[in-house]
Amino acid sequence: MAGTPPLIDIRKLCVGFRGRAGAILPVLHEVDLTVCRGESIGIVGESGSGKSTLALAAMGYLKHGLQKISGDVIYDGAEMFGRSPADLARIRGGQLGLIPQNSGQALTPTMRIGTQIREALHLHCAMSEGEHATRARDLLAQVRLPDPEAILRRYPHELSGGQQQRVAIAMALAGEPDALLLDEPTTGLDVTTQAHILELLRELARVRNMAMVYVSHDLGVIARVCDRVQVLYAGETVLEGPTRAVLREPAHPYARGLLASIPRLGEQTLPRALDGRPPGPNGPREGCAFAPRCALATQDCRAATPPMIEGGADQMTRCLYPDRVDEITGDQAGNAPHGCAEGSPCALDLAEVSIRYDRPGLFDRLRGAPRPPATVDGIDLHLRQGETIGLVGESGSGKSTILKAIAGLLPPASGQITLGDGTALPAAVETRRPDQLRRIQMIFQNPDDSLNPRQSVGEILAQPLRLYFGLRDKALRDRAVALLDTVRLGAPYLERRPGQLSGGEKQRVAVARAFAAGPEIVLCDEITSALDVSVQAAVLDLLNDLKAAHKTAFVFVSHDLTVVRALSDRVAVLYQGRICEFGPAAAVYGAPSHPYTAVLLNAVLTPDPDHAPRLMAEDVLELSPPARGCPFQRRCPVKCGTICDTDAPPARETGDGHVIRCHIPLDELCAKQTGEPPKS
Amino acid sequence: MSTAPPAPRGPRSVEVLRAMIARPSGAIGLTLVGLHLLMAVLSPWIVPYDYKAMDATITLAGPSPAHWLGTDHLGRDVLTRMMLGGREALLVTGTATPVALIWGGLLGVYLGLKGGWRDEVAMRLVDAFLALPGILPLLVLITVFGSGGEVLMPTLAFFFGIPVIRVARAAAHEVVARDFVSAARARGHHPLDIVRRELLPNVTDTLLVEGAMRWSWMLLGFSALSFLGFGVSPPKPDWGLMISDARVYMSLAPLGVIAPVIALSTLIIGINLSADALAKTLGLDRSRKAVI
Ligand SMILES: Nc1ncnc2c1ncn2[C@@H]1O[C@H](COP(=O)(O)OP(=O)(O)OP(=O)(O)O)[C@@H](O)[C@H]1O
Ligand code: SF4
Ligand code: SF4
Ligand SMILES: [Mg+2]
Repeated sequence: MAGTPPLIDIRKLCVGFRGRAGAILPVLHEVDLTVCRGESIGIVGESGSGKSTLALAAMGYLKHGLQKISGDVIYDGAEMFGRSPADLARIRGGQLGLIPQNSGQALTPTMRIGTQIREALHLHCAMSEGEHATRARDLLAQVRLPDPEAILRRYPHELSGGQQQRVAIAMALAGEPDALLLDEPTTGLDVTTQAHILELLRELARVRNMAMVYVSHDLGVIARVCDRVQVLYAGETVLEGPTRAVLREPAHPYARGLLASIPRLGEQTLPRALDGRPPGPNGPREGCAFAPRCALATQDCRAATPPMIEGGADQMTRCLYPDRVDEITGDQAGNAPHGCAEGSPCALDLAEVSIRYDRPGLFDRLRGAPRPPATVDGIDLHLRQGETIGLVGESGSGKSTILKAIAGLLPPASGQITLGDGTALPAAVETRRPDQLRRIQMIFQNPDDSLNPRQSVGEILAQPLRLYFGLRDKALRDRAVALLDTVRLGAPYLERRPGQLSGGEKQRVAVARAFAAGPEIVLCDEITSALDVSVQAAVLDLLNDLKAAHKTAFVFVSHDLTVVRALSDRVAVLYQGRICEFGPAAAVYGAPSHPYTAVLLNAVLTPDPDHAPRLMAEDVLELSPPARGCPFQRRCPVKCGTICDTDAPPARETGDGHVIRCHIPLDELCAKQTGEPPKS
Repeated sequence: MSTAPPAPRGPRSVEVLRAMIARPSGAIGLTLVGLHLLMAVLSPWIVPYDYKAMDATITLAGPSPAHWLGTDHLGRDVLTRMMLGGREALLVTGTATPVALIWGGLLGVYLGLKGGWRDEVAMRLVDAFLALPGILPLLVLITVFGSGGEVLMPTLAFFFGIPVIRVARAAAHEVVARDFVSAARARGHHPLDIVRRELLPNVTDTLLVEGAMRWSWMLLGFSALSFLGFGVSPPKPDWGLMISDARVYMSLAPLGVIAPVIALSTLIIGINLSADALAKTLGLDRSRKAVI
């Protein structure tokens, strides 16, 4: 792209806010960003590093309370912050599109998709109403939504997460943008959906020659779609370079740490957590901001902020010793997960559990109307003491539903849940005895939602301690402090409220609360998916230690296959509430796989520039499981005929307790998986 | 693990109050309400005249050095009666509002947690009630039981508690859906514990703002009843009653109407402004219109 002037050109931008004491605290410090037409740049960093602020500043927009201190933001040759509001309104959403975080969920729930797209069109292109309708259909076709006509008439809740995200992209394309800013475009989406959306964005960028700016904490995403990467740390660019070089031989210790904290499919080890956390905006700005967490830090690093220097392989780095970065990883491999001994006694047993949400009305019952198939059906799981069973599957596959049934929040329609000592567990939480309740604890996905914002950390931890052990006063406090120590927080946190904690700290408190009960079984529902990779690694590490120390059994639910792999002894793959494949982690992640597992595994993104996900089944919205046959029949890429529609697939064993439910024989599955990817 | 020192904070109520005063609406509103409360408490000792003292020689007089706001049709001092005229209203509504808030709030939170048919039935009843024109059922009750503070207090507390049910239920519904309530249920806490520890602290903000709003509505309702002759009985001074008495002589002695109107409206505006500042401070979006 040499020669052409950059489309977005940010130079030495400083952004800050006025703190309580009146001093200006920087959020971005002398950050540069240049993007040309047809180029894709990734901005990577932990939460709080200022990456979203930078992307929004490119639009000439700053969140309330922030102000530009110095620097230039030039778009298409002119300063953004000097433009008139009318000019800005024309550019934003027109030439410069933004896809904010969770934009799919941000669609207006009460408005049809067609109306929302037409509104976007109305704002940004002058054309007649009739043309709008055609154009709306075109846009949906461009984002490869099947049957645009039907989609236009639907409401957002009638679309899957991936489809909603496509609609959001279509709306951003309405103004024929030259550049797109994407803030965490796929965070929270399933692996398969994520891979499809990224493919779509790559293709759109290529065809329309758009400049793309991706903001993400996930280097896997960046690896897939970006030409160049810029790593932000504490509001400063610490590394800038071509994606390949940054992923292969990063010239900055922080980037190296980030890469190491990503769990990989191929390794059954825990990702390595970066210790500590980034300095806040009010920390002193002397020396390298990363020095407190850096293994290479020397006296020189702390003396003055390192300048941007050549780091080899076309990278610019803010590190004094780019050549020594390799030295870090060698001696510190990630911890191995603590497994459980073969034949440990049983902790929990689920037999033929099926769960329904639908409650047929009186009329339906009198009429004898057929009930829809159960949301979750035929779940047999045998959890041993100290073992971790992973449940993977896409959104809506019934993972949370199963956990709720075990926790007693959602009594199963049939089937039996039995505790390790052979006592049958009453279905509803109200009917369980306190000691039964104590033995099963749950940790939820989003710590913002699972901690009462009105309680201090001390009060939060006091709830189970009072309830199960009747602790009071000094004993209560001592126990709470001990718990905080086990999750690597500590007594100073007792008085804080959730609002004063970072995401990772909140999740640690939630973990501490679950362990306060001294449970035998801990149910974890997507507990790391709201966290940054580096924080996620730390939480996984913590769970692993607790598991070893307390011999606790875990049921670990996630849509992220790599996270499940890192921690689980055995894995169950769920589709539409039915187990497709079950067995030891190594067997499930190796060949042969159930066709659905293969689809999931192929879609996993890794921070490897040479790895491309293999996409097969398009994501479709399936509201209820099929009444007969294989649950995966509608999406299966290797479906072997009508038998899949009519007969429940047999359970095929490969030995070692590894079961695959498919009509295709094992050796054939193996061949299909290792051979050519089937046509999509 | 770096541990930042915990941010020291005062009690939340102090912090909220401070933030309210920092807003112009809060500063003005709280000042108005404060002055009214002060006047209500101190007026028996500082009023210039006896509120019952009639003087047939100076009926409907204009302002004079002796009677700053003139006199009414019985020759009583308007300033004295205005200063005392809010006492009964503030006493009755000041008791009835918390009562309404507590019973309506608790029932609403309970329904929000419980759900099911009870909730359905209760909400239909609430809806039906709210569809009635405001003051009508009040009048019916008062004609049956008679007027006076001892009847008005429970009556107002009852009627103004009904809309609170709806607000509290909606707020509780939002909280019940959150995972910390599921977590508490999964641990097996008693439902009352869940209401007390998890739900109530998270709905009090909404209830407080609602309470301030209900208070101003109730003041207006109380004054309307007095105006219609169902509230405070003469010769006790009361703004509603004063307006009703003086309105016939409006052209002769306008201050007899204007004084109690200003007193009542400044109080109501003060409460509204405070409620507004409270809502903004607590981060609650208040889309309801102000009274008047
Ligand atoms: N309260 C509910 N009422 C009716 N159906 C529900 C309800 N909650 C979930 N479902 C349905 O049950 C199925 C399983 O949902 P569940 O929440 O267990 O999925 P999940 O695997 O945890 O998905 P995610 O990854 O999105 O959390 C989905 O089809 C969902 O639409
Ligand atoms: S400058 Fe020093 S402290 Fe900073 S990243 Fe490089 S080696 Fe580490
Ligand atoms: S049983 Fe049929 S539809 Fe199901 S996974 Fe196997 S081949 Fe695919
Ligand atoms: Mg879930």
